[in-house]
Amino acid sequence: MAAIELSEVRKVYAGGVEAVKGVSLTIPDGAFCVLVGPSGCGKSTLLRMVAGLESISGGTVRIGGRVVNDLEPASRDIAMVFQNYALYPHMTVRQNLEYGLKNRRTPKEEIARRVEEAARILEIGQYLDRRPGQLSGGQRQRVAMGRAIVREPAAFLFDEPLSNLDAKLRVTMRAEIRRLQRRLKTTSLYVTHDQLEAMTLADQLVVLNAGRIEQAGSPMAIYEKPASLFVATFIGSPAMNLVPLDGPGASPLATLAGPGKAKQTLGIRPEHMRLLEGGAGVRADEIVLDLSVSGVEVVGAESYVTGRLANSGPEIAVRVPGYSHLEPGASVKAAAPLGAFHRFDAESGRRLELA
Amino acid sequence: MIERDRGGRIFAHLLLILGVLIVAFPIYYTFIASTQTIQTILRPPLPLTPGGEFAENYGQALFGGVGRIGGVDVGTLLFNTSVMALGIALGKIAISLLSAFAIVFFRFPFRMFFFWMIFVTLMLPVEVRILPTYKVMVDLGLIDTYAGLILPLVASATATLLFRQFFMTIPPELVEAARIDGAGPMKFFRDILIPLSRTNIAALFVILFIYGWTQYLWPLLVTNDNRMNTIVIALKKMVSFADADTPWNLVMVTAILAIVPPVLVVVLMQRWFVRGLVESEK
Repeated sequence: MAAIELSEVRKVYAGGVEAVKGVSLTIPDGAFCVLVGPSGCGKSTLLRMVAGLESISGGTVRIGGRVVNDLEPASRDIAMVFQNYALYPHMTVRQNLEYGLKNRRTPKEEIARRVEEAARILEIGQYLDRRPGQLSGGQRQRVAMGRAIVREPAAFLFDEPLSNLDAKLRVTMRAEIRRLQRRLKTTSLYVTHDQLEAMTLADQLVVLNAGRIEQAGSPMAIYEKPASLFVATFIGSPAMNLVPLDGPGASPLATLAGPGKAKQTLGIRPEHMRLLEGGAGVRADEIVLDLSVSGVEVVGAESYVTGRLANSGPEIAVRVPGYSHLEPGASVKAAAPLGAFHRFDAESGRRLELA
Repeated sequence: MIERDRGGRIFAHLLLILGVLIVAFPIYYTFIASTQTIQTILRPPLPLTPGGEFAENYGQALFGGVGRIGGVDVGTLLFNTSVMALGIALGKIAISLLSAFAIVFFRFPFRMFFFWMIFVTLMLPVEVRILPTYKVMVDLGLIDTYAGLILPLVASATATLLFRQFFMTIPPELVEAARIDGAGPMKFFRDILIPLSRTNIAALFVILFIYGWTQYLWPLLVTNDNRMNTIVIALKKMVSFADADTPWNLVMVTAILAIVPPVLVVVLMQRWFVRGLVESEK
């Protein structure tokens, strides 16, 4: 049980490439923090610096109040779950779980008790005498988690642990990781490039871009108030629609511009808009956009209709419940509530709040 | 690749059986000769069935001592050769494992330089460096010792390169997981790397044991005392230019006995040997 505190952590590689450019972040005790960002944003490097697998070029990392910059991974009181599981292939599941404890000279009865308990929690009891090669991907993932649990560490570190699983298993394991973390109340740092995984798992969501924190906060706070264009487009699927106010087709939206002279870009999420079909009326707080349909994506319970704004403008996606029969080339009107728009400074990308 | 054509299968089998016969017949003939009296051998043609001297010949060779090689019995020769072959095989494996471990998993100054140094020694087989090596062995007083037989042949660039290739296929996460599990470098080496390499080690052991067993030039140079001879050297010494001086029956016994240990090693380790060569279990 311990908080993880990063202050001004930097990573500069030998070649002079700065992968992490001063990250400060506090993960409270027992919280589940997810680092999310595109590949190359430094999220894995950051995690590996916390783990001690990568040297820290600047700043300090504290785990449970103790500066761990110069400690070996084994003495940082952490456990890590790797993307490819990294189980020892020649050892049985039981030996895999025991190995770290044995190296730590944990008493035999204590090892047996912890392995027993981890096996019970993860329901891997019947595999204990098998080798990792005889297990399926999901089972290996559980064993990898088991290896982390038996250590009873101050913090769990997850490095894209679900990336090697198929889509269905990923959803199940995601829920399981969440449940497990709630139950053990162990501070966790989780790295992923999958924004859906990030949204569903996190207590604290941290969006990284180019080695810097773009925004940190609760998943819904970030979803509802993205601090920048980058976050707005990265979090949410399909991405938020963006309309540069000085671009083509933006004239009906000009009145929505926030104060200030800066060039602005408006954003609106697909689910906040609706198509005006079958004589649906426009409410007073809505603005109507003319779209020429360019494609329809049917997900099942809902469809996403994409269309160009005023023929030559940016593409706008609109969520439609059920199955949409619209054909490409059709013209439709879409209504967007005025209050659902986000405003961004087009140059700096920062969010603009209405005064 | 299952051949359904019956005629083709019979033909293939006949061809294979013929091949086996061609390879096996000289060995069989040697065995026949080793059970005959010297008179029978010297008066061709040699019969194709075993003679009655099996116990007599083998007993004399193993325990009696053979005159032309200073009365040393074949038992001693087998022991010498085993010590040398095992020493070379195990020594080579130990050194190559350690040097490959250093080169793959550690970052030290001149790492690549050392790697290339090892690589370059591939171009310097024993024959090329035999004079300086001999001089060194003389200076160290290692003539007529097991150490003298083994040491110069122990370093192996081939085995080092083989282990290096294998170690490089080990996922880096495995190394990192071990670090987090609190395993230091030597613990990682012992608990993880060696168990993972065991099939490679077994395959290499078979190859190196046979390499050691069949060494000729170096043992010839470094042993003067007949009691330190290896079986291959002794075999050579037993054969004289004049047929009459050569105890052919004992030569045949020695030849058969010289074949047995390598064959045993191959047969007993066959399963491991094949696995080591074909599979890379990770």
